[in-house]
Amino acid sequence: MAIAVQCERITVRFTTERGTVTALENIDLTIPRGSFLTLLGPSGCGKSTLLRVMADLIEPTGGRISVLDDAPATARQNREIGFVFQDAALLPWRTVLENVTLPLEVGGGKALPGARSPQDLLTLVGLTGWEQAYPHELSGGMRQRVAIARALVSGPRLLLMDEPFGALDEITRDRLNEELLQVWESTGTTIVFVTHSIYEAAFLGQKVLLLAARPGRVRELVPVTLPTPRRLAMRETPEFVALAGHLRRVLETC
Amino acid sequence: MANQAEPVTMATAFAEDAEAQARFRAHKRYLAWRGRLLPVAAVAIFLLLWWQAVEIFDIQPFIAPSPVAVAKVLYDRFDMLMANLLPTAIEAVSGFILGNLAAITLATAFVYRKTMEEALFPIAVMVNTIPVVAKAPILVLLLGNGMEPKIAIAAIICFFPTLVNMTRGLRDVRAEQLELMRILSATPREVFLRIRVPNALPYLFSALKIAASTAVIGAIVGEWIGSTKGIGALIIQSTYNFDSPLLYATIVVGSTFSALFFGVISLAEKRLLRWNVAHNA
Repeated sequence: MAIAVQCERITVRFTTERGTVTALENIDLTIPRGSFLTLLGPSGCGKSTLLRVMADLIEPTGGRISVLDDAPATARQNREIGFVFQDAALLPWRTVLENVTLPLEVGGGKALPGARSPQDLLTLVGLTGWEQAYPHELSGGMRQRVAIARALVSGPRLLLMDEPFGALDEITRDRLNEELLQVWESTGTTIVFVTHSIYEAAFLGQKVLLLAARPGRVRELVPVTLPTPRRLAMRETPEFVALAGHLRRVLETC
Repeated sequence: MANQAEPVTMATAFAEDAEAQARFRAHKRYLAWRGRLLPVAAVAIFLLLWWQAVEIFDIQPFIAPSPVAVAKVLYDRFDMLMANLLPTAIEAVSGFILGNLAAITLATAFVYRKTMEEALFPIAVMVNTIPVVAKAPILVLLLGNGMEPKIAIAAIICFFPTLVNMTRGLRDVRAEQLELMRILSATPREVFLRIRVPNALPYLFSALKIAASTAVIGAIVGEWIGSTKGIGALIIQSTYNFDSPLLYATIVVGSTFSALFFGVISLAEKRLLRWNVAHNA
């Protein structure tokens, strides 16, 4: 099976005034292409740091990592990585459509063979009719939809999501969870999704990677055996409840 | 995504209700007119009280002129007042443009070369602490008695607020926005034009609005020293001649120009920063 991300003994240390913090220690991880992995762990377990290592935003202190069979920097420069931030990080001076178009305008004029139509993506995320609106006119859920469309516009083969629905209300979060799975199925892109919600991690992922804190390390890689396509009602099935219970028990020891 | 939930569109989000819409618009119109009429009424009442006070207490014209006397000067000597406004306006606007351009350029340099900021910012602070009335004679000695020293004073007075604000605006960019640009492998030029500059615009306009009025003050103060024309020269002449109606009329002309200048900048801000939440609220 083709590999999207391969981590070998990834270690990240930050030096601050109060001393050196080990954010990640000896992370070994293989993410197959086209899969959906959720990263779950208590705050301070380094899940966002791991995502940023994959995105070439943070240089690991030790270990080896390859993204789409290349160095993370190469994958980034080839525009193979899409990233969704916790608070959408839209540019307030640009309209919805201009925000989604941004990745096509920058990058020093490099050709993007996988580029997708911004209009089609706005339709995919259910924002037809809002093209000319400014971010401050949108709700939190709608902003994240724009951010997802923006992350997909260059046609990335790896989509990294850093607690994208963490600040949303539960109803919106549930709906976006279902919709994200549909986006995943229709694009076939690999998704790595950071969350601190047990239910979100279990509902979205094909596998859940549990991380322990201080220092951040792999605790357990839990396969999710729920049938696809996933529906919100599945969260009431005994299998789901058992899975969530297992994740909770492991988290308590992290 | 869209076929799952009902698609959120403008059409479904906003229902038609002509009556409620009409009431909403009527209320907005009321608020707008109130905002315009209240200051006009306040000024009118103030002028009336002033006029009555001068009449009732029989105040001498050289101490405080009646508003009628000021209005008469404004009307009778309008051409002369405008002829004196022209050099002041040219000096203020030229100084405004030069000072702000210099400040924006230096702010850009500061953001990309920390060393320059560390070396030059203390000098900028020191120059800024010198009072305008002290800067004026120095610049007149340096630059002669033409328009140049006045333009220089107006420019220096605009320079500091813009430098401070623009540096902040270019620098205080959200970390996620920079991370996003890195993931997109954006060039430094793209980061500057697409993130830093638009981010700095609200900061810049705050400074420009301050600068619009202070540039005029700078030009006027510059004209206090050895000038024969301009609003500043007229203020000095009328004061020495105890011609207080002319003094007041001159001040009205200078202030009106200042307010117009401020208005033009505010209008440009509204046009350019339509995305800015603070201005839509």
